[in-house]
Amino acid sequence: MTVTEERPTVEIGAPRKRKEDARLLTGRTRWTDNITLQGMLHIAMVRSPVAHGTITSISTDAAKAAPGVVAVLTAADLGDAQGGLPNAWQVAPDQKAPNHPSMAIDHVAFAGEVVAMVVARSSAEARDGAELVDVDYDYLPPALDLRDCAADKVLAHPDLGTNVSAHYEWHSADHGTGGDVEAAIAEARANGIVIEREYRQQRLIPAFMEPRSIVADPTGEQWTIWTSTQVPHFVRIFMALVTGIPESKLRVIAPDVGGGFGGKLQFTPEEVLTVLAAKHTGKPCKYTESRSESLMAAHHGRDQWQKLTLAANSDGIVTGLKVELLADMGAYLGLVSSAIPLLGAYMFNAIYKFGSYKFACTNVFTNKAWTDAYRGAGRPEATFAIERLMDELAAEVGVDPMEIRQKNWITHDEFPFRTVAGLDYDTGNYEAATDKAKQAFGYDELRTEQKRRRDAGDPVQLGIGISTYTEMCGLAPSRWLGSQGYIAGGWEHASIRMLPTGKVEVVTGTSPHGQGHETAWSQIVADRLGVAFEDVEVLHGDTQVAARGLDTYGSRSLSVGAMAVVAAADKVIEKAKPSAAHLLEADVGDIEWSGSQLRVKGTEEGKSLGEIAFAVLQSHNMPDGVEHSIDADATFDADTFSFPHGTHLCAVEVDTETGNVAIRKYVSVDDIGKVVNPLIVDGQVHGGIAQGVAQALFEEGVYDDSGTLVTGSFVDYLVPSAADLPTFDIDRTETPATTNALGVKGVGEAGTIASTPAVVNAIVDAVRHLGINDIAMPCSPQRVWSAIQSAGGAS
Amino acid sequence: MARINVTVDGVGYSDDVEPRTLLVQYLRDTVGKTGTVVGCDTSNCGACTVHLDGRSVKSCSVLAVQADGHEVTTIEGLADGDTLHPMQQAYHDNHALQCGYCTPGMIMQSIDLLNDNPSPSEQEVRDGLEGNLCRCTGYQNIVKAVLAAAQGGAS
Repeated sequence: MTVTEERPTVEIGAPRKRKEDARLLTGRTRWTDNITLQGMLHIAMVRSPVAHGTITSISTDAAKAAPGVVAVLTAADLGDAQGGLPNAWQVAPDQKAPNHPSMAIDHVAFAGEVVAMVVARSSAEARDGAELVDVDYDYLPPALDLRDCAADKVLAHPDLGTNVSAHYEWHSADHGTGGDVEAAIAEARANGIVIEREYRQQRLIPAFMEPRSIVADPTGEQWTIWTSTQVPHFVRIFMALVTGIPESKLRVIAPDVGGGFGGKLQFTPEEVLTVLAAKHTGKPCKYTESRSESLMAAHHGRDQWQKLTLAANSDGIVTGLKVELLADMGAYLGLVSSAIPLLGAYMFNAIYKFGSYKFACTNVFTNKAWTDAYRGAGRPEATFAIERLMDELAAEVGVDPMEIRQKNWITHDEFPFRTVAGLDYDTGNYEAATDKAKQAFGYDELRTEQKRRRDAGDPVQLGIGISTYTEMCGLAPSRWLGSQGYIAGGWEHASIRMLPTGKVEVVTGTSPHGQGHETAWSQIVADRLGVAFEDVEVLHGDTQVAARGLDTYGSRSLSVGAMAVVAAADKVIEKAKPSAAHLLEADVGDIEWSGSQLRVKGTEEGKSLGEIAFAVLQSHNMPDGVEHSIDADATFDADTFSFPHGTHLCAVEVDTETGNVAIRKYVSVDDIGKVVNPLIVDGQVHGGIAQGVAQALFEEGVYDDSGTLVTGSFVDYLVPSAADLPTFDIDRTETPATTNALGVKGVGEAGTIASTPAVVNAIVDAVRHLGINDIAMPCSPQRVWSAIQSAGGAS
Repeated sequence: MARINVTVDGVGYSDDVEPRTLLVQYLRDTVGKTGTVVGCDTSNCGACTVHLDGRSVKSCSVLAVQADGHEVTTIEGLADGDTLHPMQQAYHDNHALQCGYCTPGMIMQSIDLLNDNPSPSEQEVRDGLEGNLCRCTGYQNIVKAVLAAAQGGAS
């Protein structure tokens, strides 16, 4: 365990306006699609309109003859060169996965799969050419319904012989962290309460605003690949493994990247195909997807059936929780598709002290776009389930849903606490966050109003929803990842280069795409090295500049990535000490760091790191053995996760005559430990809550009976606008993490994890007196109205 | 090909374009105004919003030939040297952008909104930005920025 160091923090905690903004506000941006190279060719993909079928013929003659078309490539042209796309996580020893070619060979497994590509001199000519490619298919029955698919009623990949990719289980009784869940359920059936529910985590689409784009340049001795990705380091490694181009010949750059939310945590068919097109033509090639292609073929998220059994005694003390999941993988396994449910497996018990816990999951293939990481990745699903169940338990016991939580949660004096799922929570104070949230919300007053309106038979009913969430952040300790079947580690790397003019270059292995690392890392380094915020330059997202790194996802950048930055900064100071001693004519043992200078102990005489960097550059008079650089590299691998938590409260007004839901008030109090930049943190919370609210009320990726994506444009996939969302009233408590030097926990996913159950609990709370205990997400007016009608109407 | 004469950010251009060329394609590919971006293909997201003769339009929904003889202002034409337009400054001051992809369109629409209604309520701001999607911010700081710009007299 690391003890948080007390250091002067002028910059850390300050609401610094972002460095990134200057270029983004003025249009001086470097999106991948902005990159144009001499002689560059453009790619249009031909995609299968068929969800499941066999390709019987592809006619490319007309396309090849079209103006501007340079090449038309099918799988037959690519041959073995296209290899197969990787899945990086084996959740069970016998995990099954179909071969995943970047371009379909003869079998198509979802609508949107690439079957050919047209390379032309302009983007318009490429698209015109793609229209002329004629593909014939033999239709196969599409495997679409998750439950039917789990039972192998229709096969998504007939060659595989089953739709089940993997089944895995975890039981507290096997790990010494709790009792036998079946015994707890049996006891509760006899003498207590058993709550059984099935919840649907609908399919969501990350819908980052910048469509994915790739430019691959084969000219020169080294490939340069620009790609709109969260994970340039992953792309470099997997591109080498898949295409056979030596890793040392690949430079991958993630320039300005317009959002990701997990949706750009992928190694994509389009990346491979763009490289293969460039290889084939010998020219730089660009591919930029349309929004429709993005919605159809970039990976989706969520999509689970959750079967839940909660056991409690008659007072509402939970004695056991059994979770049985079906998780829709879609047509293929992406990088971490198989492990998304696993990332939630240790979170269903959330902030509570349960006596026993069992988790089981079956990963299932269907003929839909494949699923993978989407903001929260497994943890929103888990949090939704348990927070909904706690409300159901409260209703059964007949107490306020807040009271049932208080009966079961870990109290602040019980930390550190080993949970029934085997995780060690270092710190937390659920009482403090909840008290603050209740006060800001006016909880008791709203309960009073709710009762008044219910008694009066108001057609617009008030509902109050609670979500007292926690999450595991900072993905992830390398040893833990190894123990769970992941192929890579979870450490992070940083370099700090002290320039002789006093400027500082910070190179981070994380790869931001909106999170503000350039600003936050500058604040951290400014404090750590006693330099001006303005003098720090943060470099990232280019494997030639940031040679090592594991990129940005899973709320890891601050709690893992910035710890490497801190470690590198501390190394710089240590490394500069012999030079400082020499310049100050003192013994190294007498040199100490003042916060801005290396000084001779007990004196004001010192040298700044900039001065030392300049002296080292000259090296006119340095002792033997001193390195001619005070730059330093460092890595950081966490011992454990960090555990942000908080209390979100939502009040909704449900019009029982129309089914319309309006959020009247939304309060969040998050505890993310120490805050580096409150402006950035607030922004992360706002955006996170918005995405969780969107799952509760608006968004769903819908396929029709033929396996066609119905929500294939922003006309039908309802990303909320400003007019659809309220103002969120957000605040914080601060219980520092004890597992890293800054006491930080991570904030990227918190809002999304917390908010969905808060909203749905509020909706159900508004209509529970009508006999309703669940409404499937998204809770559209139609669904809410139908639920009310089915329950016998508004009164 | 059709010949068009368009003023973009104060500079006159005369170009031959295919009649089907969208204004956004002309701005990006011919004039090099890559600050203006494309976010969808159904005119839902508003990322490509520019001003045509001072009024906001989604440049994916206008043909380049329709801009013939007209004046276009993009995000790149707003600042006066190093001095940001008050709306750009308000976005910066209020952390109204994260990834920044929607920002050019959002700012152009925000300016148009205040041109129509210099003192909007919060709800009027939300309604006025309904045609521009942002995935990062939850809109909270965007709304705050527009209200702040209105207070400061920006339009």
